[in-house]
Amino acid sequence: MALTLPRYLRKQRANGFSSCEVIELPATSIDPKDVQGLVRFGYARLTEACYLLLRIRDAAAARAWCATAPVAPAEFQEHPPEVAMQVAFTWAGLSRLGVPSDVLAGFSAEFQSGMTGDENRSRRLGDVGPSAPSEWLWGGAASTPDVLVMLFALPNKLEQWRTAQEGSWAAAFELIHCLDTSDLNGHEPFGFKDGISQPEIDWAVTRNGGSDQITYTNLVAAGEFLLGYRNEYGKYTDRPLLDSNDPLGGDLLPAEDMPAKKDVGRNGTFVVMRTLEQDVPGFWKFLDGQSGSNADTRQQLAESMVGRTIEGEPMAQTSAVPIEGIDSGPAGSSNRFTFDQDPAGTHCPFGAHIRRANPRNTDYPDVPSWWLPRVWSKLGGASKGMRTDIKASTRFHRILRRGREYGTGLNPTHAVLERQVRDEKRGLHFLCLNANIGRQFEFVQNAWLMSTKFDGLSGESDPLLGNRTPIGDGLPTDNFTIPREAAVRRCIAGLPQFITVRGGEYFFLPGIRALRYFSRVGEWSGRSQ
Amino acid sequence: MTFQSRLMVAIPLDRKRVGDLKALLKTMNLAPGQANPTNPLVPFGKLENLHFARFVILDDQTLDDVRLYRIPRQEYPLYLAFLCDFDGSRADFLSDLVRYAGPGLRRLFSFCEGFTDGTDLLQWIQDHDLPVATSYVNWAGRTVKQVREEASLRKVIGTYLRDNAHTLEGQPASLIWTQMRKFVEAETKNGRLTLTPPALTPRDVKIGNAIHLVGVGALIALLFPAVALLVLLRIRPLEKTDLEFAPRPNPEHAGQLAILEDHEITNQFSAMGSLKPGLARRWVLSYILWVINWTARHIYTKGRLARVRTIHFARWVFLDGKKRILFCSNYDGSLDSYMDDFINKVFFGLNVVFSNGMGYPTTRWLLADGAWDEQKFKYFLRRHELPTEVWYDAAPGMTAIEMERNSRIRDGLDAATLSEEAARQWVQLL
Repeated sequence: MALTLPRYLRKQRANGFSSCEVIELPATSIDPKDVQGLVRFGYARLTEACYLLLRIRDAAAARAWCATAPVAPAEFQEHPPEVAMQVAFTWAGLSRLGVPSDVLAGFSAEFQSGMTGDENRSRRLGDVGPSAPSEWLWGGAASTPDVLVMLFALPNKLEQWRTAQEGSWAAAFELIHCLDTSDLNGHEPFGFKDGISQPEIDWAVTRNGGSDQITYTNLVAAGEFLLGYRNEYGKYTDRPLLDSNDPLGGDLLPAEDMPAKKDVGRNGTFVVMRTLEQDVPGFWKFLDGQSGSNADTRQQLAESMVGRTIEGEPMAQTSAVPIEGIDSGPAGSSNRFTFDQDPAGTHCPFGAHIRRANPRNTDYPDVPSWWLPRVWSKLGGASKGMRTDIKASTRFHRILRRGREYGTGLNPTHAVLERQVRDEKRGLHFLCLNANIGRQFEFVQNAWLMSTKFDGLSGESDPLLGNRTPIGDGLPTDNFTIPREAAVRRCIAGLPQFITVRGGEYFFLPGIRALRYFSRVGEWSGRSQ
Repeated sequence: MTFQSRLMVAIPLDRKRVGDLKALLKTMNLAPGQANPTNPLVPFGKLENLHFARFVILDDQTLDDVRLYRIPRQEYPLYLAFLCDFDGSRADFLSDLVRYAGPGLRRLFSFCEGFTDGTDLLQWIQDHDLPVATSYVNWAGRTVKQVREEASLRKVIGTYLRDNAHTLEGQPASLIWTQMRKFVEAETKNGRLTLTPPALTPRDVKIGNAIHLVGVGALIALLFPAVALLVLLRIRPLEKTDLEFAPRPNPEHAGQLAILEDHEITNQFSAMGSLKPGLARRWVLSYILWVINWTARHIYTKGRLARVRTIHFARWVFLDGKKRILFCSNYDGSLDSYMDDFINKVFFGLNVVFSNGMGYPTTRWLLADGAWDEQKFKYFLRRHELPTEVWYDAAPGMTAIEMERNSRIRDGLDAATLSEEAARQWVQLL
């Protein structure tokens, strides 16, 4: 059998190098053993999960725990694990752990200030009124955790796993909150199938960033989800670096863009976590009222708000051509679409949740192939229509969602009969991963989901997530419009707030080498002086 | 058509009294940076032709950057800048301004050097009005009055659609259009709705515009080879040695700016910096701003500055003998989304201007790279940004795109006939 060499080796041979020469590895490869598993896996098989919000009780004990914590890596294993643990830290937590101040200063401003760090951020994220951080159960000034430990397990295995782990860190951490989750069979509490669309990380690191993405792709540069690699601009997102002679650096990998430095961020990413309480009876009762208590119309209305059917089929037409990064077989069928064939929003409303969260557009609405018209189009000459070219290019604003539901399920039929307005707490522990919180999560939340002006709309924000707060002196934001073919759009007014934020924070999910590095930070106390 | 004009006075301040001036400026606000339209000092709301206004203290935090070039830090006066964007002639606006805000402005200007009780306010403003290098207006000729009238039109139509949803159901688009025309006509007749017809363009304005179009256009073309040569021989070599300086903005400065943002949909942006040393940079930048100004006046007049559709008004103004430059804009959305829009759509346009400023991320041939280094570019802008102490927006909560849509709705109503297809598209605007 002929030995097939990787392309980079073949090229070197062709250039006349003998095979015993020192062969330069391709600039980049991702070592999955150094990445926490959550970046690659949703752990869907491990249906039991809980999120433990911890405060550091004893920094030395916490560091010792970091040295050996059995964190699950992102490499594929022959025998899928029965349990998995992931760990992430807030900026305050890293500081309490003893991470030197110059390293702390290397983290992004968003992470440093935290989700509730300033009022402007809360305004942008829509965390106002009943969703304001002052009302939260966790996070915010009163109870910011230091550490987030995520535990996933096969059915009936969680309790024991949790007890064992808690025993191992008893001296290090105290528990402030345990956020339980429930398994609603892949559906979120309103009843919709969830988690269908995810960006595909470019694990092979082939995307190098460029300025002309003219077809929609679901394959996203590794640097958008892992620090230390090129992002969609072809640049390296800021993260903390150490001098390579730093005695604590140990086996940290060098920074690709600055080989003289060691990269604390490499193979790490940020976790955005938000507890979103969903008023399921309120949601279905409102829709019931709008649809004359007809169960079918009620469901259709809910589906147009989401942009998918209850079972997850998109309302936009499936694309005839394959989309990079989306399975071209049946597995990808409910994700293989863009909104290009629906310019008037008559299939999927402009304001539908999935159209806001991921508009699936490119850098240019349409680019002529001749260079002169192309330059003219780049200078804005081609854009004439009311709605052409008004959304930002999607590829710079993707997030990887890893949330889990909490509370019991409640189907629409029961929900409308529910007597009490809010019977039981249920919702979503929303969790997403991104390398640049400001450009990814915050942008999607602010400019797309909560925006009352998204895609040329007025007076409406996300039909599910919107906080319905009027703008300024009373411009309403509680509408939802459904464009219709050759007819006046249907406008549903007076949407109540269906989702209330109950907690949230930004965490750093370190690479495993970085986690071990954190265990060493207290060893040399003279460092930060 | 009523053209838009602008004013910018920048007057040196008495440094010792800046704290008191800031405190006084704060009294004009309802929320941090958000002007109270009825504040007693400058009751912006009474100036019915005014789109945007701001007071900003030009306190450049980046004066030390000149040391990158081994040039000692240079001190400049600290200015109080007052900027307005309005409809119609400057003379008319100034007379309104002095009438409604005379005593308030006198009080504010009393913090400036050389202003006394005996100073003639109108003359003083005229004397300190700085020429603009480039100005951009989202939609040439769209007045404040028009924006407000068309917003009411859309509101009235929205109510009508809601109340008559049943009768309109299933009707062809052309019939809906006819019905809306009748309804709007009736509303206008009984005085519930006003839609003022656009004013005629004064002849001198028309002639001035035509001369500018041809004359300046020809000059730009004539000078192009010389500028290209300058870029080739001087700027390109400089680009290879110019130093980048775009550190992360200091958190305190960034925090101060953030407090002022995202109170409604539209935001203000004010930033300043020093030009890179040397005449080549100064000449090239002057030429480029001249070109942009020409395109903004004759090409980008209908809601788009290249591909960007979120800017209401913007301008660049040289200061201190073209050693420094100020950029001010009014835009929709958060600063991050504004910067993203710029980087993704017109990074080359940012580069040709801002790369002549000290510390800007490295460019190639003035156009390439630069702002594409997204993070550095964002740091650069944030670091050069100034807190806008007082900012007034005549149409808060309204985006430029909404204004365009409302105008399109009105234009559709004004049309004599509409094809079924055009009627269909019109109905989808509603």
